Amino acid sequence: MENIKVIVGLGSCGIAAGANKVFEKIKALKEADNLKFELKKTSCIGMCYREPLVEIVDDKGSYLYGDINEKKAAELIEKHILENEPIKSYVVQSDLFETPDKDFIKDQVKITLRNCGYIDPEIIEEYEVRGGYRAIRKIAGQRISRLDVIQTVINSGLRGRGGGGFPTGLKWKFANNNKADEKFIICNADEGDPGAFMDRSVLEGDPHAVLEGMIIGAYAIEATGGVIYCRAEYPLAIKRLNIAIEQARRKGYLGKNILSIDGFNFDIYIKEGAGAFVCGEETALIASVEGERGMPRKRPPFPAESGLWQKPTNINNVETLANIPWILLHGSEEYAKYGTEKSKGTKVFALAGKIKRSGLVEVPMGMSIRDVIFKLGGGIQNDKKFKAVQMGGPSGGCIPAYLADTIIDYDSVNDTGAIMGSGGMVVMDETTCMVDVAKFFLDFTQKESCGKCTFCRAGTKRMLEILTRITEGKGEEGDIEKLEELSYQIKDSSLCGLGQTAPNPVLTTIKYFREEYEVHIRDKKCPAKVCKALLTYEVDPDKCTGCMVCAKNCPTDAIDGARKEVHFIRQDACIKCGTCYTKCKFDAIKIY
Amino acid sequence: MRIARISEKKITEEQEQVDVNLLDSLIEKYKDKKGNLIPLLQGTQDIFGYIPHEAFEKISSQVGIELSDMYGVVTFYAQFRLNPVGKHIIKVCHGTACHVQNANAITDALKESLKINDGETTEDGMFTLELVACLGCCSLAPVMMIDNETHGKLTGGQAVKIIKNIKIKESN
Repeated sequence: MENIKVIVGLGSCGIAAGANKVFEKIKALKEADNLKFELKKTSCIGMCYREPLVEIVDDKGSYLYGDINEKKAAELIEKHILENEPIKSYVVQSDLFETPDKDFIKDQVKITLRNCGYIDPEIIEEYEVRGGYRAIRKIAGQRISRLDVIQTVINSGLRGRGGGGFPTGLKWKFANNNKADEKFIICNADEGDPGAFMDRSVLEGDPHAVLEGMIIGAYAIEATGGVIYCRAEYPLAIKRLNIAIEQARRKGYLGKNILSIDGFNFDIYIKEGAGAFVCGEETALIASVEGERGMPRKRPPFPAESGLWQKPTNINNVETLANIPWILLHGSEEYAKYGTEKSKGTKVFALAGKIKRSGLVEVPMGMSIRDVIFKLGGGIQNDKKFKAVQMGGPSGGCIPAYLADTIIDYDSVNDTGAIMGSGGMVVMDETTCMVDVAKFFLDFTQKESCGKCTFCRAGTKRMLEILTRITEGKGEEGDIEKLEELSYQIKDSSLCGLGQTAPNPVLTTIKYFREEYEVHIRDKKCPAKVCKALLTYEVDPDKCTGCMVCAKNCPTDAIDGARKEVHFIRQDACIKCGTCYTKCKFDAIKIY
Repeated sequence: MRIARISEKKITEEQEQVDVNLLDSLIEKYKDKKGNLIPLLQGTQDIFGYIPHEAFEKISSQVGIELSDMYGVVTFYAQFRLNPVGKHIIKVCHGTACHVQNANAITDALKESLKINDGETTEDGMFTLELVACLGCCSLAPVMMIDNETHGKLTGGQAVKIIKNIKIKESN
């Protein structure tokens, strides 16, 4: 039993699903009977749809168990560990036999996520054993020059994974060109896109990879200080980063004359963001680190010339930095083997929405959107009809089902009107209203606009008013044209990326789903049955059995009717939440 | 715009009884550091749950930051609150994944049941309702977080039930 390892996935998703309870249960059972197996923690494995996950590794191989609760955990100890009989029906992934979930894993290429789910992120040695800090050791040991490091990154074709897609190596080159007594490297971990959680998973699952990426970057551009700007909403990520920084200092990867490279002094501290989406924009982020309102500044000068405290500054995203050690260790050619002509390597996506297998996937660039959603993601929940996929969050757009064969690279996705963005992929089915989605994103960007540029501040407000009107059945002829006109003006007259891209969700939904807008405006109907003001809930008297389930579940007690009698919905009290519709087993609630 | 976040509700003097001496060690730690305003405010909120009026004045006079600069920063970032919060903070996720899985139903049912809007606290000081952009548990959508516990795959009715259970526990 000493050889058996039990590993519990304790990322944020897992913990939300109850992984802490499972871990405590296993720990209690182990201690109660003085069992000798090894109990370990890891972070996000990526299969969020199966959380909580427990992996048991024995002499024969690895078994990843999914949907584990305390009761099932006790069964696993009993059967698998004590009786040596794996419970095959709970296994979601194994290297010994095939499972239905194998398609989720099979086509993935894990570079960024190479350690996520494999190591305990709070133990530096586990990172080192899997090749960690070997890239910076190689640079120090072989005396690889700064320019050669930069050239390797340029040759790899790595582009900024935060959404911009700017070649990382070139960015480093610019920062290297500007000489100054102080220089900074900032890791942008202000993952603000609603529906995206890639960076959080990397920070929680493999914080040392990000640190090593920063250390290599600092060496390349001669940075003297490092800042990780992390969302305060990610407490677990911040905790693990703090532990990692402390360990790296202790081992001499941070501090003075790092790895005996003469004059290479570098340290990192964490700056907690305070909740402002616009701080994902480089110049706004710098303003925020300086303690001000996070409002973007005019460029030029670019941060590479004058950034944090007016010193040359280089800003990279979490995922970009996590790739760096791998590229330096394995070489640029190895990295550039994956991907398309202009987009090299792999990209991590957060699959969410109406998809069967939601979670974190890393695929080589060039895979089609259809393969990601249907092969890896297993298709649409309840086998409904795939309508669109939202990529790029509030700056991106909706790609319709008929363009699902679009391949994933920066340029192909841009051609659709969406953007690659940071990697959120929210899948929508026939029950998603595209006008409502456009309104949702605009509401978000409108609230998050810093207010500096008039068109972004006032224009998004006017657009939101028009969209709200349309979803309330008060749309007018000419509204679509007005939205388009405002969109182009906002794009043209905004200083930063937030304003320049804010209209994208509206423009793409108009482009691909214009008819749906027209039905809202002309017929005052919402085909997807989402826009509440356009709906009426009624009980079908022929189908109602008087079971009272709807009345019991109604949050506003708007449903009248005695047992075994036809029920009635009082329209004045109905908040149109749809609970009755989802609860009714007899299909007796009709939406008009 | 971000100004929309400023609640019109004014707090009475009775409600605001805070011991600003608790700020001393925080001010000591950050006093002479560059870019210290946000960490100072975050620390203050960690202590009081919001940024009380007296804390503004104390930090301003001791650290030398203008009150107007402080107010500007507090109202800019979503994290900062100007009003005291309830015993339990309910965060309803309105990220994209939760939105398409009908997070509105949860918010509407909670607003109806608690008789408060986004950012407000119930009269008994028990619950504060906050709508947030993304809790990062997209696969469990729609999600809400009460204090530090996340509840996933909810309907409006279930959300109200969870609140009712907390109320029952509190009254015992």
